[in-house]
Amino acid sequence: MEDMVHVYIFGKRYKVPGILTIMGAMEYAGYKLVRGCGCRNGFCGACATIYRIAGDRELKVALACQTTVQDGMYIATLPFFPLLKEVYDIEKIKPTQQIMMQLYPEIYSCIGCNACTKACTQDLKVMQYIAFAQRAEYEKCAEESFDCVMCGVCSSRCPAGISHPQVAELARRLTGKYLAPKSQHLADRVKEIDDGQFDDLLTQLMQKPVEELKELYNTREIEA
Amino acid sequence: MYTQEILDSIKNVEATRKSRMGVLPARLSADDKTNLLAKFHPDYRQDMFTDLKIGPNKGEKVPLELAELLQGRSRVLDMDIDPDTATYDVDVLVIGGGGSGTSAAVEANEAGANVLLVTKLRLGDANTMMAEGGIQAADKPNDSPAIHYIDALGGGHFANVPELLRKLVSDGPGAVKWLNELGVMFDKDADGTMITTHGGGTSRKRMHAAKDYSGAEIMRTLRDEVYNRGIQVVDFTSAIELLLDDQGRACGAVLMNMETGDILIARAKVVVLATGGAGRMHYQGFPTSNHYGATADGLILAYRAGARLLYQDTLQYHPTGVAYPNQIFGALVTEKVRSLGAQLVNKDGIAFIHPLETRDVTSAGIIRECNERMNGVKTPEGYGVWLDTPQIEEIHGAGTIEKRIPAMMRMYGKYDMDIRTKPILVYPTLHYQNGGIRVHPDGQSDIENLYIAGEAVGGIHGRNRLMGNSLLDIIVFGRNAGQQAGAKYKSVTPGKANLDHVKKFETERTGAGINTTTPSPMLLPTYTHGRGDEDVAV
Repeated sequence: MEDMVHVYIFGKRYKVPGILTIMGAMEYAGYKLVRGCGCRNGFCGACATIYRIAGDRELKVALACQTTVQDGMYIATLPFFPLLKEVYDIEKIKPTQQIMMQLYPEIYSCIGCNACTKACTQDLKVMQYIAFAQRAEYEKCAEESFDCVMCGVCSSRCPAGISHPQVAELARRLTGKYLAPKSQHLADRVKEIDDGQFDDLLTQLMQKPVEELKELYNTREIEA
Repeated sequence: MYTQEILDSIKNVEATRKSRMGVLPARLSADDKTNLLAKFHPDYRQDMFTDLKIGPNKGEKVPLELAELLQGRSRVLDMDIDPDTATYDVDVLVIGGGGSGTSAAVEANEAGANVLLVTKLRLGDANTMMAEGGIQAADKPNDSPAIHYIDALGGGHFANVPELLRKLVSDGPGAVKWLNELGVMFDKDADGTMITTHGGGTSRKRMHAAKDYSGAEIMRTLRDEVYNRGIQVVDFTSAIELLLDDQGRACGAVLMNMETGDILIARAKVVVLATGGAGRMHYQGFPTSNHYGATADGLILAYRAGARLLYQDTLQYHPTGVAYPNQIFGALVTEKVRSLGAQLVNKDGIAFIHPLETRDVTSAGIIRECNERMNGVKTPEGYGVWLDTPQIEEIHGAGTIEKRIPAMMRMYGKYDMDIRTKPILVYPTLHYQNGGIRVHPDGQSDIENLYIAGEAVGGIHGRNRLMGNSLLDIIVFGRNAGQQAGAKYKSVTPGKANLDHVKKFETERTGAGINTTTPSPMLLPTYTHGRGDEDVAV
């Protein structure tokens, strides 16, 4: 087969088609994955991978399902990383600076090395969102971290032992629940439903013959 | 990279873009849709289906690949299992760690139950995590649950179970409110109004989103909530058989550690099956947008235990799976791309179908354009049509793609493709299991104390689901299953657990002359990427 490359899976050399992703290459080599494989589409963070190209000084990171192999690629997957997840009652906490100090005080030990940002598989500004969390600017932290897949590579590189994805998760939940503007139309509609305002209409619809329902569907007005 | 033929075709798309702006192909008439589906939708290919020979749905048609597993050989037959030596003994056992399983676990926990959640991979490794476009709910002043009902019913070809559909639309706004109060960051205007768009087949803009990470944002929030509540989670553990008691009621499951092969027994007063879909069965050889574990396990287990299935012969092929590049072949390109204005365009630059027909109709339209009209673009894996993404920035302004569909921009960006400036090639991909296990209005299957939630349920969506009704259904019916189980367990005293139904099923298999040995359920697919018998460690 043409366009084959050599890769080193956990240091062992295999010859694989150069068109495959890292995950595909492992499967081609004969791995039957259980760990390190989830959505296979770049959303779940199960397949964090650290690699180095032979002759290169730099360590790189990637999601194995989203990255094409290269010749001379030394591959180590990171299917699990012991992130620290603190528990809390979302109904009881408030979006104050104190809550972050209480749950994740290590964020204040950040030494500004930026290793987390360099390591992010999603190219997020990780150190920046931690800085926002330090200052209790939770909306900014939430926005900056929004595309995080919680793969944990950032934390694996952090000298301060910060669990960045969990800090960001807390910031997002605080934002979604407490800081984002309330949706009055949503609360109103839920009340209308609870009051039974649509019950009769729905009951009537359920009893209509199919021909009548088809007519309703085919002639319904569609919002522009 | 692209062939010259593809590059030439891009020029055609660019040449017609201006004249296509604001001009959409007419929506199809009801008759045109029926004819298009009959001729080109994969569900209508009779040679790809077979009639079941045994079990509750004997005589009904199912996809060939599903028949193989539904009528397959149980993994426990060769094992020496004592259902009395339980590793876990809980009030409520939830099987599945996606959106519906976690919703059920949270609600059952809220009701005071001791809950155990088992999941085949990690908590949150599920189709929920990958849902990009959004969640429907009729919460705007110009909308109502009744309008939502009609939209979903028409989209489902009037086959939806009325009681289930009513629950879906009536509990929709409450589901969004519940998620919002858990901290899910929905897209909102400065005054708090939810930003909503159309999906295929909707008559009102009721698609709520969290950028194009809608499912991921919901899933990670629910996962966090499961951990906050201290709910016991056992990951990398699959259910390979249900346990029934001497009255035929569900009372637990046989579990298998996916890494060590160890067998464990979980007993429970009530079981919630939330095992999701079946994209990894690759029906008819289609690629899939589904996660790694989507192998219809729950359908197999419930069927063997005596539960009827409903609409098990209808699958959803999402119109816009990635047709190029190869590395992400079959991955989902969210419908939101079309909601935002990108058109479906053939090799000559002509928009050939309204971009927001229902998914089954749009998919059939793309298959016709490629296979009959021969207006598709040749790719390494087959054919594709253009999804004209640069139109989005033309309509809504520069920066819209990065703001509203960042995941799509990133996915293509990894292959040096900029969807802001160049269109992308798409073709239908296996996306959703419309049918599943039949449930009663309370969410219970034919088997007492066995509740079903999420994609494993059949009937909510009829024979075709609308975009955004799946994220809604996992929340509505996941919560429902958890609430029902959380109330029911208090009055249940299970009898002696057994696997007699498995032996009985095996006898039926033998009687029907079925002697296949493929282990069932499948649990995970096997991929070799075209490897033959060549030596690779060289």
